[in-house]
Amino acid sequence: MKRLLHRIDAIWLALLAATAITAWLGEHAGARGLGTSAAVLVLALAAAKGCLIILDYMELRHAPALWRRLLLGWLATVVVLVLVATLWPR
Amino acid sequence: MPPTSPRLVGDLVVWLLVLAELLTFGILFASFAFARLREPGLFAAGQATLDLSTGAINTVLLVSASWCAARSVQAVRNGRSAQGARWLLGALACGCGFLVFKSLEYAQKWREGVDVAENTFYLLYVMLTGFHFLHAAVGCIIFAVLWRPTRRGAYGPQQCHALETGAVFWHMVDLLWMVLFPLVYVLR
Repeated sequence: MKRLLHRIDAIWLALLAATAITAWLGEHAGARGLGTSAAVLVLALAAAKGCLIILDYMELRHAPALWRRLLLGWLATVVVLVLVATLWPR
Repeated sequence: MPPTSPRLVGDLVVWLLVLAELLTFGILFASFAFARLREPGLFAAGQATLDLSTGAINTVLLVSASWCAARSVQAVRNGRSAQGARWLLGALACGCGFLVFKSLEYAQKWREGVDVAENTFYLLYVMLTGFHFLHAAVGCIIFAVLWRPTRRGAYGPQQCHALETGAVFWHMVDLLWMVLFPLVYVLR
């Protein structure tokens, strides 16, 4: 039980750190946008944050696999769609 | 206690609602991303008027509310109702903070006189963030409603279904913002 409590705090700190990196990348974007590698990093951080929320805060890590797959599948689909639209040559 | 057999925490109805909301927002996210592809100049100009630091502060408030809600559920499962109620108040405070910051952002946009009808960027911005704002408001109401029974000790290690259900709803609000924040505020 103690370990689980610590996990909730550790995830909060990880979410804050990922948010800080995302905001920093956004602040330091050039005039023509984020650039490919920064955009990929921002979306990877979003996916990582989403995974932590789905698996640990929503407690789907120990839930029936169907629900875990549905939510992780949604996250993957949305992030890939946004990535494609962002990196598509304009 | 870590469940030994697979268990979906909270009510099945909230999970069906979560699914419906994720699909709806998924369509809105894709619409925003692909509309930006068609009108990059318009979206760049619109996104330049958004304050990234306000978006970041809002992210911190949302994840902190999620953290408090998760700690509240844990405390109640351990039989510590009073502590659980305090964590719930923390979640409510963070949630209300989010609503205040977002309202200030809308007020500023209103003063700037943004054109929702003609400008695709502002139309999608208002739809996405406005719809999300309403969900966050409902989440705050749920926290407020759950606070009294939690403090009274109505939920405990054997029965904290309602509290778990409320927490799942808020985590969904948080999850949606994890995509919304980079999409609307960061990626350009």
